[in-house]
Amino acid sequence: MSRNPFIRLLRFLFFAVVVRVLILLALGLTVRNRERLPKHGPAVLAANHNSNLDALALMSLMPLHLLPKLRPVAAVDYFFTSRVRGWFVTNIIGIIPVKRGSGKEGGNPLEACEEALDRGEILVLFPEGSRGDPETLGPLKKGIGHLACARPHVPIIPIYMHGLGKALPKGSTVLVPFNCTVHVGEPLYGTTSYSAFVVELEATMAKLGAQEKPPAWE
Amino acid sequence: MVFGLPEHVVYATAGVWALLVVASLIVWGLRLRGPADRYEELVRRTESWWWMIGAFTFAIAVNTTVAIVFLAFVSYLALKEYLSLIPTRRIDRGLLLFAYLAIPLQYYWAAIDWYGMFIVFVPVWLFLFFPALMALRGDTQGFLRAVGTLSWGLMLTVFALSHLAMLLVGGEVYNPVAGGVGLLFFVVVLTQFNDVAQYTWGKLIGRHKVTPKVSPKKTWEGLLGGVLTTVAVAACLGPYLTPMDWQWSALAGGVIGVAGFLGDVTISAVKRDLGVKDTGGLLPGHGGILDRVDSLTYAAPAFFHFFRYFFTS
Repeated sequence: MSRNPFIRLLRFLFFAVVVRVLILLALGLTVRNRERLPKHGPAVLAANHNSNLDALALMSLMPLHLLPKLRPVAAVDYFFTSRVRGWFVTNIIGIIPVKRGSGKEGGNPLEACEEALDRGEILVLFPEGSRGDPETLGPLKKGIGHLACARPHVPIIPIYMHGLGKALPKGSTVLVPFNCTVHVGEPLYGTTSYSAFVVELEATMAKLGAQEKPPAWE
Repeated sequence: MVFGLPEHVVYATAGVWALLVVASLIVWGLRLRGPADRYEELVRRTESWWWMIGAFTFAIAVNTTVAIVFLAFVSYLALKEYLSLIPTRRIDRGLLLFAYLAIPLQYYWAAIDWYGMFIVFVPVWLFLFFPALMALRGDTQGFLRAVGTLSWGLMLTVFALSHLAMLLVGGEVYNPVAGGVGLLFFVVVLTQFNDVAQYTWGKLIGRHKVTPKVSPKKTWEGLLGGVLTTVAVAACLGPYLTPMDWQWSALAGGVIGVAGFLGDVTISAVKRDLGVKDTGGLLPGHGGILDRVDSLTYAAPAFFHFFRYFFTS
């Protein structure tokens, strides 16, 4: 993220005005158990992923004074396809880029995430990896488990969102307003087994999602 | 004229605020005396009233344009809530965006006082246009259901609610006492008052259920007590805010009370069918916006045409 005060101001204005008008006014979020959201960093918001709006929606839930600490984690290959796009997601959205599949090459793809947590930042992370089918929860990737076990003191907040996959699904560029619901769960902590953590998180997220029965989307 | 509002509307608004203050003090007193969480719902409900009455006062106090934009925004929130509640077909996504565009157009007809277009735009043009558009998209699976749910949603949230804007603009010349805003104030405040009155009478002496299957909390005692209270208040308020004498005002109060009840029951049936308790979470203690404007979707057109038929020719 940029240290340039002008770019930081732009980022603040983008989230304080554009994102809030878009997410809170044009769409409208109903938040269940808002009090479970972290009041300070480090923390990880782990949510289901259906739409490009997901990260913006999660970030709009947090108070603006925490904005400098909010960092969505996103794949390099998807977002760095052009210079303008790369500049925007780096400086305005403030993402931490992750190289998909780089763990197999021997490096630690989550190093930047761990460093961010050590600085007390709040990560916005989608453990499914990609958006998948609209309004369904796909299997979780292992990365979140590794991250949780590497920083076992950091609370991982499971979150389930309904409706954003209808408002702006994968493959569409037209935003259609729908009300969205956000279910916030109790924080989970990493233990020694990353796979056990992933299983637990997936079960918790599925349970959060099952708390309401959204209308069919066919 | 005070703050650009007719004097009578200013005093009536002050009366509503006084009522809100008294009600809040009562709720506050109840909470201090009773067990901590027993009145939690009532407290949140009262808090939401402050926001709603504040927004409504602001909207009518600035000017007619702001009031119309405010009413259009309420329509937008209601339509969005409705479309989010019902099952929708993925193929209709783009079309639903068009449905939202109906709102500025419909309120524009009201703003320029073009009654002819206002009254046919949704039930003629849109009701014919959207099914044809859906048919041209080529998916016939669930066609009839998609047409039915969309049309009825537009009817309730756009057409019915936009009568408030038409009353505000078109009613101006027929109401020397307090203008179009006086008529708007009359129907909105009485409808909301009627809701509270029916709820309160039902809580106090309710025994016999009106619609056990649809809305088990509604009782005959609540309905009758509420409507009679609304009739009494309307008889007092009508001559002050509208060109109607007290007898006609009482009758208008009856129309608003009964229509409000029907609107409430209709939205309850929608919620039952979909298996939800509230239409949303926008207004803490009340539910969604549809939970709050459900009675208005029936009371606004009912009062509008009652007034138009008897007092504008």
